[in-house]
Amino acid sequence: MTVQLVRDELRPPAQPPPRRHLISIADLTRDDVARLLATARSFERSLERELKKLPTLRGRTIVNLFFESSTRTSSSFELAAKRLSADVMTVKSAGSSVDKGESLKDTALTLAAYDPDVIVIRHPQIGAPSLVARVTSAHVVNAGDGKHQHPTQALLDLYTIEEHVGPIDGLHVAIVGDVLHSRVARSNIQALTLMGAHVTLVGPPALLPRGIEAMGCSVSTDIGAIADADVVYVLRMQRERMEAGANYLPSLREYTARWGVTPQRLRPGQKVMHPGPMNRGVEIDPLVADSVDALIETQVRAGLFVRMAVLYDLLTRGPVAVAAQVAEEVA
Amino acid sequence: MLFGRRGSEDLVVRSARVVDPALGIDELLDVRVDGGVISQIGLNVDANGHRVVEGRGLVLAPAFVDPHVHLRTPGREDEETLASGTAAAAAGGYCAILAMPNTDPVVDSAAVLGSLIETAAAEAEVPVGFLAAITRGQRGEELTEMAELADAGAAGFTDDGRPVVAPGLMRRALQYHGVTRRRIAVHCEEPTLSRGGQVHEGAVSAALGFTGYPSVAESVMVGRDLALARYEDQAVHLLHLSARESVELLRAAQADGVRATAEATPHHLVLTDEAVRSLDANVKMNPPLRSADDRRALVEAVRDGTIPAIATDHAPHARHEKEVPFEEAPFGVTGLETAFSALYTHLVEPGLLPLPILLERMSAGPARVYGLEPPRIEVGARANLVLIHLQATWRVGEDGFRSRSANSWLLGETLKGKVRLTVAAGRVAYAA
Repeated sequence: MTVQLVRDELRPPAQPPPRRHLISIADLTRDDVARLLATARSFERSLERELKKLPTLRGRTIVNLFFESSTRTSSSFELAAKRLSADVMTVKSAGSSVDKGESLKDTALTLAAYDPDVIVIRHPQIGAPSLVARVTSAHVVNAGDGKHQHPTQALLDLYTIEEHVGPIDGLHVAIVGDVLHSRVARSNIQALTLMGAHVTLVGPPALLPRGIEAMGCSVSTDIGAIADADVVYVLRMQRERMEAGANYLPSLREYTARWGVTPQRLRPGQKVMHPGPMNRGVEIDPLVADSVDALIETQVRAGLFVRMAVLYDLLTRGPVAVAAQVAEEVA
Repeated sequence: MLFGRRGSEDLVVRSARVVDPALGIDELLDVRVDGGVISQIGLNVDANGHRVVEGRGLVLAPAFVDPHVHLRTPGREDEETLASGTAAAAAGGYCAILAMPNTDPVVDSAAVLGSLIETAAAEAEVPVGFLAAITRGQRGEELTEMAELADAGAAGFTDDGRPVVAPGLMRRALQYHGVTRRRIAVHCEEPTLSRGGQVHEGAVSAALGFTGYPSVAESVMVGRDLALARYEDQAVHLLHLSARESVELLRAAQADGVRATAEATPHHLVLTDEAVRSLDANVKMNPPLRSADDRRALVEAVRDGTIPAIATDHAPHARHEKEVPFEEAPFGVTGLETAFSALYTHLVEPGLLPLPILLERMSAGPARVYGLEPPRIEVGARANLVLIHLQATWRVGEDGFRSRSANSWLLGETLKGKVRLTVAAGRVAYAA
């Protein structure tokens, strides 16, 4: 006898075309990802021109709503919007009504009163972008919600790997470090496995969440497991998310000694990535961070193209002859 | 131990399918109530001028008893009052409910208890029993004056919402059970294992990024409390069990003669942690929804009687407190108005639980746990009756709620089975 254990309306919605939001990599199909990366490539070429601004999103309004500190994500979303000629407004929680105790719902409703086309949100709590999507009519892009998801980071990582390592299908990527607290890890596991890569998670036992292998990856506590990876993806130790007394690790020194990514643990040609900001000398040896095999600055650059592609894709309603349109605008 | 409005209704329910699992009745009968007391059960009962309720096609059963309700009074009357909570209970088919003491102030003194009893006697639509705290302020440090509270009318003792962390203190509370004879009910959660956890630890929490709240955080406390109950030879009641391991420990202890009982909630019996993928704050509760395997174990334990009671853990919350990101939302969902329909739809209809067992676990089962007189359909018994239309379908929330809060995990869902009439303590408390 089959029994329905979960009510249908509580299941993640079956992809309704056209796509309204980018909240989780789980919202995307393999075709969606391929299309976004192709669009990003077109935008990269367009930015080789002297005049870098495209008229594509002229007259559109994009609100960046950042409740957590961020340098690269907020700046790259802002620049991506400007490169596409959208009007962009960035609101940070410090100095806003949030300091006066305003709820997320009310902040979202206040900003929604300006009829933005897109709200880009970063928030320390899981589910904040979903809430904004429920209470406003804007397209919502998740720029990081707690430990849940950071989908544009995963897309820019895929972009970087495709450009600098090769096709993702069949690659082996090792993700090393604090998986437990990492939204980047979760989005990347989904994105990489979606595109056919094999993912191995490596780290101390308390930082590898129980049940994560159900996402389709391998799990190891032995740093030796990175040896045959094509790409070693180093995660930041998120000390700010570790509550006192939780004893995830005896000490950072012990972490570095056992799981730090050092030149001795890598072979030449193995590419190294990191979502930043880095703790040099903790999860990554400075020699590794500065080596020719490190793609870290490339990742930051890719963030711009990929975020342009995401905004473009949401506002032009998907795949209709995207490549042709962009090529036209570039020409 | 129960306080509320009582009645001396005269009525006849005609030709209903009368089901009283405890008495082994399941047949088409008339039931007559005189002065709030069941006076006659049989065929072609003389109406004698009484109000006649047509029961053809409906089920008449002993009304339900909910051993676990948060009435939020005193302190959060915006979320629920004695009047609104008991009206919700009546609409759900309940003839008695037990209220938890985690209010503001906590029910830890005879003075607070006394004022609740006074309000209930005047306002409660169905009789209410009040549990008092095990420890002062539910701080887990010093015992309350349990004998005085029992004399003042406490129906039992619990620090629900919080565990009694210190084993030595829990032992003392169980020793006192030998004095008061009022049940000690425990919220089993080992706080260093559950710390920061909001979602069952497993594939769903790992994928969504939630700190896991593992099953073992419950089962180690279940194991401890069963060991203490055995050692002290006292009875203990385990609140809202959620994990297979807990059920197995309980079953083994019962087989060994430990006087332990437990309850399960409709949401744990119907949903699994997969529901959390929606990030809907109305599926956030403590203990969290667990795996499909845990759910199966709970259903099996309700079926075989290891878990003798179904409890809603009705936990009203203000709308603005639930309309926040999942992580910020408080634990808890409402349940009084939907419990029977949810379980009938999701357990009885698919063949997982026979109707008579469900009726028993919602009525006589919980009554016996707390030493209350079980509602029964018997001549001479006070009328505590629920009349149910099993084939009726309804959409949760379509007519609003009698509860002051709407944080139902079933909002918008179509359910089968609707309560038509509730008679509580001889009084018609609800009629649809």
